Amino acid sequence: MSETSLSLLILGMALINLAIRYPVFLLADRFRFPALIERALAFVPAAVLTAIIVPAVIFPHGAEAELDWYNPYLLAAMLAAAISYFTRNLLATIVLGMAAFLLLRWWLGV
Amino acid sequence: MTATRTALPAMSRRDEIWHGLRDTFPMMVGALPFGVIFGTLATAQGLSPMQVMSMSLFVFSGSAQFIAVGLVASSALWVIWAATFIINLRHLLYAANLVSHVRHLPQYWRFPLAAMLTDETFAVMELRYRQRGSAGQAHWYYLASCIGMWLNWNFWTLVGLVLGQGFPDLKSLGLEFAMVATFIGIVIPGLKTKPLWAAAITAGLIATLLHHLPYQSGLMLGALAGVGTGLILDLRRKQVKETAYE
Repeated sequence: MSETSLSLLILGMALINLAIRYPVFLLADRFRFPALIERALAFVPAAVLTAIIVPAVIFPHGAEAELDWYNPYLLAAMLAAAISYFTRNLLATIVLGMAAFLLLRWWLGV
Repeated sequence: MTATRTALPAMSRRDEIWHGLRDTFPMMVGALPFGVIFGTLATAQGLSPMQVMSMSLFVFSGSAQFIAVGLVASSALWVIWAATFIINLRHLLYAANLVSHVRHLPQYWRFPLAAMLTDETFAVMELRYRQRGSAGQAHWYYLASCIGMWLNWNFWTLVGLVLGQGFPDLKSLGLEFAMVATFIGIVIPGLKTKPLWAAAITAGLIATLLHHLPYQSGLMLGALAGVGTGLILDLRRKQVKETAYE
């Protein structure tokens, strides 16, 4: 790509991101979502964040699914989920989850 | 950071900023390796230092930046733009989810809070609003989370840019797991009803099955499937309750 195209590329990407991120906040006081949509939005955090995490730990290196006992991402994620479920403590989940991840990776030698 | 359901006292602006930064810190650690790798990779792809930094400063979207760097040698402009659009459509859902908490703010507040909204800040804000609501100085917490992520992202991009391959092996630190652990710790305690569980499970399953689709469209389709499933179950549950009361 030429220098001009690269500048255009970056400018376009920045504008596209703004066009996605800003309009809802911009028009916040002019309209409200219908009740049904408001209700649906309550499921966004659980749905989107899970849709990010699950593939990230099942495909840690990209294309190949690693559904086995040698995948430290998957094992540590399951452990972190259990810790979170029983303790409901975010800091404990982060610290113990990361410690489990490092230990598992060292232990599995991957 | 434990969930408390009693009425919490309002915090001062300074406390809000401090808590916003503190609660975002694990996310900043998680973004570190990706920032460095982005800086290194973009330089290796022939982008000038100015261009690399402009991406992190003005695009401020890890996944879109990585896709752009991967495609820049081979693809037309519109392909990368389209990919940016598809990858970041989820931010529309984030904004819609958070909008009721920022509606009362003037535009000069809403603009930066929207422009700098990332996955990480969304996760942090979702938890914060769930626990403490949006009254008082909550927008300072939000802004601190945004600016923390933004400065962090740009700092580590710069480090990657300057040090390139000379940076010590980040893989050995396991930092890339920080984001996963944090998201898990935020999502699981929020799953309080069956429709919420169903939404999460459906989203994770569909996103995994559709992982092979280009530009992470599986993520968006999985998220939509999850939201749809949750909504349908929620509506049905309400119907059952209403019938029971008749």
